[in-house]
Amino acid sequence: MIAALTNPDQFMRFSRWAAPLLGVVAALLGAAGLWLDFIAPPDYQQGYTVHIMFIHVPASWMSLFVYACLGGASFIGLVFRHALADAAARAAAPLGAGFTLLALITGSLWGRPMWGTWWVWDARLTSVLVLFLFYLGYLALQAAIDDEQRSARACAILALVGLINLPIVHFSVTWWNTLHQGSSVFRQGGPAMPPVYLAPLLTLGLAYMAAFGALWLVRIRAEVWRRRAGALALRAAG
Amino acid sequence: MSGFSVLLRRELALSWGGGGGPLLALAFYLAVATLLPLAIGAEPGRLAAIAPGAAWIGLALASLLSLERLFERDYEDGALDLLALGPAPLELAAVAKCLAQWITTGAPLALLAPVAAVALGAEVRLAPLTFAAALVGGVGFSFCGGIGAALSLGSRRGGMLIAVIVLPLFAPPVIFGGGAIAAYAAGLDWRTPLMLLSAYSLAMAALGPFAMAAACRNALS
Amino acid sequence: MISALSVQNLAIARGDRLLFEHLTLSLGAGEAVALVGRNGAGKTSLLRAVAGLIRPLAGDVAFLGPAGPLPAEDARCQGLHLVGHHDGLKSSRTAFEELLFQVRWTGGSLASAEAACERLGLNRLRGLEVRKLSAGQRRRVALARLIAAPRPLWLLDEPLAPLDAEQRALFGTLMDEHLAGGGLIVAAVHDPLPVAARAVEIGA
Repeated sequence: MIAALTNPDQFMRFSRWAAPLLGVVAALLGAAGLWLDFIAPPDYQQGYTVHIMFIHVPASWMSLFVYACLGGASFIGLVFRHALADAAARAAAPLGAGFTLLALITGSLWGRPMWGTWWVWDARLTSVLVLFLFYLGYLALQAAIDDEQRSARACAILALVGLINLPIVHFSVTWWNTLHQGSSVFRQGGPAMPPVYLAPLLTLGLAYMAAFGALWLVRIRAEVWRRRAGALALRAAG
Repeated sequence: MSGFSVLLRRELALSWGGGGGPLLALAFYLAVATLLPLAIGAEPGRLAAIAPGAAWIGLALASLLSLERLFERDYEDGALDLLALGPAPLELAAVAKCLAQWITTGAPLALLAPVAAVALGAEVRLAPLTFAAALVGGVGFSFCGGIGAALSLGSRRGGMLIAVIVLPLFAPPVIFGGGAIAAYAAGLDWRTPLMLLSAYSLAMAALGPFAMAAACRNALS
Repeated sequence: MISALSVQNLAIARGDRLLFEHLTLSLGAGEAVALVGRNGAGKTSLLRAVAGLIRPLAGDVAFLGPAGPLPAEDARCQGLHLVGHHDGLKSSRTAFEELLFQVRWTGGSLASAEAACERLGLNRLRGLEVRKLSAGQRRRVALARLIAAPRPLWLLDEPLAPLDAEQRALFGTLMDEHLAGGGLIVAAVHDPLPVAARAVEIGA
């Protein structure tokens, strides 16, 4: 399937129905997840603020997942010089920045009732903040180089440098501050979270994933159309 | 004479002599260290608490700003074409440039770092470690900053763009360097963060040149 | 080492614009080619593609030695000089410092740099800082590495544009000697070269 999708025409045919389909899936899963969320009882420690977590945690998962997609697309674009991969990387970056910002804002909203302040320099929030800075650097570089091919390749190099550095940053930030509660979903020996919370969390996680897939495809399509329009305009002018 | 040493000697001459050499970075560092107490207040207790960290972050900024033109000059005047067609691959040319940058700017800044820290109120016993951390961290700053300098070639914005690209990458060395000094001050294990800082610098020195060379080739194309 | 250059079916695009396609060109030892064509036709891009600095859209550039094809990377790093619009001279250093760096970097020595200064009449300029030189003088300093660090293939982009008549004649002699010694020259020009050269029109 991947091989078939590297052909722009086949990609356009595939994404034409895949994008709306993923959008519908995202809407259904989102509705189901929110419903599961609303019927979940308040947490005995966190009270109703636990609901913020269902928005926050999937967003922070997505912030990393999208960066991984960005890195993967950049690698393919850099090594195989594939125009569609460049378009995919270009399309993913603002989405990733959006998810990261959502994770930061909801994290801050969550922190207010939990910790009594809007912002705590804890390891995970700080890691996400640095990730957000990575995205900003990527977008800034993309905007600053006029030539599209050059900009795409420079951005791809930066994305790979960032991909290598992210674990180091995460490690250093964790080393810097180990005060936060441990990761409670992917704990060793099975999830520690009660199923009544796990169900909406995972459903919303899948909804985010589908929404990202839909938006990503739509943005890649727009990028392909934009390039085709540019080529046509150039031909008409010459 | 091998290509690498020819280039290293030229880069040393250029960054030592051209445009004020290390003086500019030192002056910048001094200015930042001077403004800090003006902003925070001069009570010795408060200042002393942040002195090592402030000295460290000033060092990171001074290293970053001095790197801005590392590749830009050669890109603008065509010397980068020549470097790409020489006996040594561009990766090695990038190493020579970053190394020269570290020798001419990183080392003088490392000498100034303990002075700045002590002047801000850090204990004198922290000075040797501050110097060592600044010297080792300078390698990381130089190679990491070089990536930003190479990536921003041919862009419409220089310095600010490099800072936005590179500063997030500076998080680990800033954490490890500042952590080593803080741990030493508190009588804790300072060797581990210093080792981590060295590991980071080595990793950047090993991987950075590939990113820099790829970015230069991209800018030339 | 390089005794022939072969360009097959080359196509080059800058951005989204196709400069030229199906360009085929071959050049043997002792031959010179003058690339002609209007501004923006792609002469400079062709030279940079031969030097490996830009990647063609399609086609091949091959370097042949007396014993057969050469690895392109080695041929480029050891066998060719590219002198373009930008001379790569640092304005704060003296002419000889910069010349010596360029010569050593491309495989020459102190003695050959001094001999080239002598030959090109640059001795009076040696100690001057590059920023004090005129455009023609700077070009002569840049051209000096051609003879101080012998490499068989010269890629020249408007090499004579800033030079006066006397210097053009001198450089014509140097080009003749290079060709007589089995060298190859590809030059992008608007004025005719001072040596016998085959004209190839780009982007016709």
